[in-house]
Amino acid sequence: MTKSKNRWLSLLALLLAFAMVVAACGDDDAGGGDTTAAPAETTATTTATATTSASATTAATATTTGGDAPEGFKIGLILVGPRNDRGYSQAHLEGAEYALEQLGLSVEDDLIVLEFANTGDTPGLSLPRTAQDMVDLGAELIIFNSDDMRDGAFEAAEQLPDVPMIWVSGDSAWEDGKDFQPGLSNLANVWGQMIFGKMIAGCAAALETETGQIAYLGPLTNDETRRLVNSSFLGAQYCWENFRDEPADIGFTVTYIGFWFEIPGVTLDPVLVVNDFIDGGADVTLSGIDANVALIRSGQRADAGENVTAVPYDFIGACDEAPEICLGVPYFNWGPAYLDAARAVIDGSFSNTWTWFEPDWDNINDLDSSVVGFLQGDGLSADNAASLDTFIAGLADGSIELYEGPLNWQDGSQFVGAGEVATDFQIWYSEQCLEGIVGVCSVNVFG
Amino acid sequence: MNRARITTLALPILVVLGSVVVLLILAGTNPWDPIRIIVEGSIGWPPFEGGSARKVGDTFMVWVPIALASAGLIVTFNAGMWNIGIEGQIIMGAIAAALVAREVSAPRPLLILLAILAGAAGGMLWGLLVGVLRTAGGVNEIFGGLGLDFVALSITTYLIIGPWARSGVASTSGTNPFPDNALLPSLGGSKLSPLAVAIAVLALLGVWTLFRGTLYGLKLKAVGRNRSSAFLMGIPTNRYLLGAFAICGALAGIAGTSQALGLHFKLIPAISGNFGFLAILVVLLARFQPIWVAPISFFFAMVAVGGPGLSLRLGLHGSLGGVLQGVLVLSAMLGLGWAAYLTRRRAMTESGVSSG
Repeated sequence: MTKSKNRWLSLLALLLAFAMVVAACGDDDAGGGDTTAAPAETTATTTATATTSASATTAATATTTGGDAPEGFKIGLILVGPRNDRGYSQAHLEGAEYALEQLGLSVEDDLIVLEFANTGDTPGLSLPRTAQDMVDLGAELIIFNSDDMRDGAFEAAEQLPDVPMIWVSGDSAWEDGKDFQPGLSNLANVWGQMIFGKMIAGCAAALETETGQIAYLGPLTNDETRRLVNSSFLGAQYCWENFRDEPADIGFTVTYIGFWFEIPGVTLDPVLVVNDFIDGGADVTLSGIDANVALIRSGQRADAGENVTAVPYDFIGACDEAPEICLGVPYFNWGPAYLDAARAVIDGSFSNTWTWFEPDWDNINDLDSSVVGFLQGDGLSADNAASLDTFIAGLADGSIELYEGPLNWQDGSQFVGAGEVATDFQIWYSEQCLEGIVGVCSVNVFG
Repeated sequence: MNRARITTLALPILVVLGSVVVLLILAGTNPWDPIRIIVEGSIGWPPFEGGSARKVGDTFMVWVPIALASAGLIVTFNAGMWNIGIEGQIIMGAIAAALVAREVSAPRPLLILLAILAGAAGGMLWGLLVGVLRTAGGVNEIFGGLGLDFVALSITTYLIIGPWARSGVASTSGTNPFPDNALLPSLGGSKLSPLAVAIAVLALLGVWTLFRGTLYGLKLKAVGRNRSSAFLMGIPTNRYLLGAFAICGALAGIAGTSQALGLHFKLIPAISGNFGFLAILVVLLARFQPIWVAPISFFFAMVAVGGPGLSLRLGLHGSLGGVLQGVLVLSAMLGLGWAAYLTRRRAMTESGVSSG
């Protein structure tokens, strides 16, 4: 090698090494800006009005504070993203912490956490090996918090058949689901009925919109995301027709960016999509992606004098990014679900159940009992907040049933006939967006 | 061993160890603990005794793609080419192997052979594309390679959430697992595939032989040292450059095959594991010597596999393993440079003395 070439080699190596350090240090609090992925909702339990199916439960059990757990009981929590992402992963971390506190255990000593559990951030990661490590450290319950962990969770459950595990968002334990795994008797599933959170979000948007145009920032197209888009649309449509008394139909547009977060050069840029929404006349944007782009970008546009608002997703604290234009946030509260699971492990009753928690309709924001909630934001007017409460009360007592037919798919074919109510299976495995929604919701955005 | 030789060897090691110790103290931990945890998490403690077969198997299966990519890069670097596009070549190899695994039905040995050949072909074609852009289009191989890395990543993403998506639940988790028939045979209870390890070892030996004992290797080196002179001497330089990209791409493609069929058992968005970029550092640290590539690659494989244990056992940030890697490379380069400087200065001093 020549001296000149050596110099170039050294420079290249330094640049690469520096890039590695920066890459490793960065993205601590990326709210979905890296490879974290939201889970797919898994199996359905009930109809939207909360009739229960065989493997489902409804609201989480009430809590009992105090040391009812054996000393040394530990939870192993495997997070797909960073623990402090103010989004999906942080919600799970806080849920596990809540469960331990309620059991009188120490968060510091009894919670074993692995974050960035995805192959993008941690190329050498092996979920079964991680589960084994956690068991070696004393974990008696292992939680996989993402749909992305499906195969790793299956492998771990096979290798450690005596260790209770939860695959959050999975449908492996749903007897009537498409992915039932009867052989994995130690792997349970939990998920929350976010369809209600999204209905409430859609209603809030319909109550506040002045242009009558609502937009939904979608991730990638699959059954879960279509279900949430449809639920948002149904909530918006109901409140538009029943609280606003407007003659025209509500406008509801969805654009899928192609992934859970932006991949430069691969997905659509969510910031540009939000700009397009606003420029196209939408004044409320609902977010379905991991990153809080919809709220942040709408906040910037509002700061520039435009009358726009937004509804983020996932985390109870998401509105903090731009509170003045936030109408509220549908969020997950995993504490009660994890407490139930931990108790089942302790008393020996843990089994491969699948549970789709519905909100605690007595108070959807009761953090001791409701796995799904909706926290109203500062952007919602007092009058509209009252209307939203009325809507929530209607969902709670069953007087409002949004999945009752006639409902058609986007292509005009029938989804639910007149007088019928969609089954859990139909809602869960949503094949299309509903008629009335504008936007491509087919199998994938690439056709 | 003379003083200069000792300096060359010892100084980088001292700098590396010193840097790591400082980093770990800054991270608030006893420097010994993370090192032990990484070793324990990758090959067991005591090494190769206290660990499970799964850990050792995973470490070897991470070593395979790093070693294969490094072997390929030695070829292109010797040809004077900066094959930054190796990430894309790994990805395209994985895609091609995945295509065979998903679509072809054949007896297992034949299916695996086809998948490996397809992986090599996929990587080779992607490498040749960089080479053609360089030789026929005048596109610098760094920019061409980087661009094709993005294209390959886009294709993977497209396949995973598009045509190869899991039914109903397209997500970042990747495609459905491949049929067992298409997976690389492994030792019981682990992912360790003797076939993959053997291919990596053969690749390193092959590259070593190429530059030690063949006329082709000699000519390739000549092209790398001075292309104009090589051309004037009658060497068809473009053909040799394309040959270098083809070899490197093929080895990278097999690395991708190993990732898909031997480690993840499916196609995932991050199928390359960034091992292509890591291999660039390995090759630079190894000073283009295949014999050093093997242990250095193994060390990085240990860090990759054992790194997540830092978060579990010490409560350290999960990315500390990556920081550790970067600091190791930086300090190694610093140490090597320092040693080279001291050697040069000594030589100049001695030369001055003798001539005076």
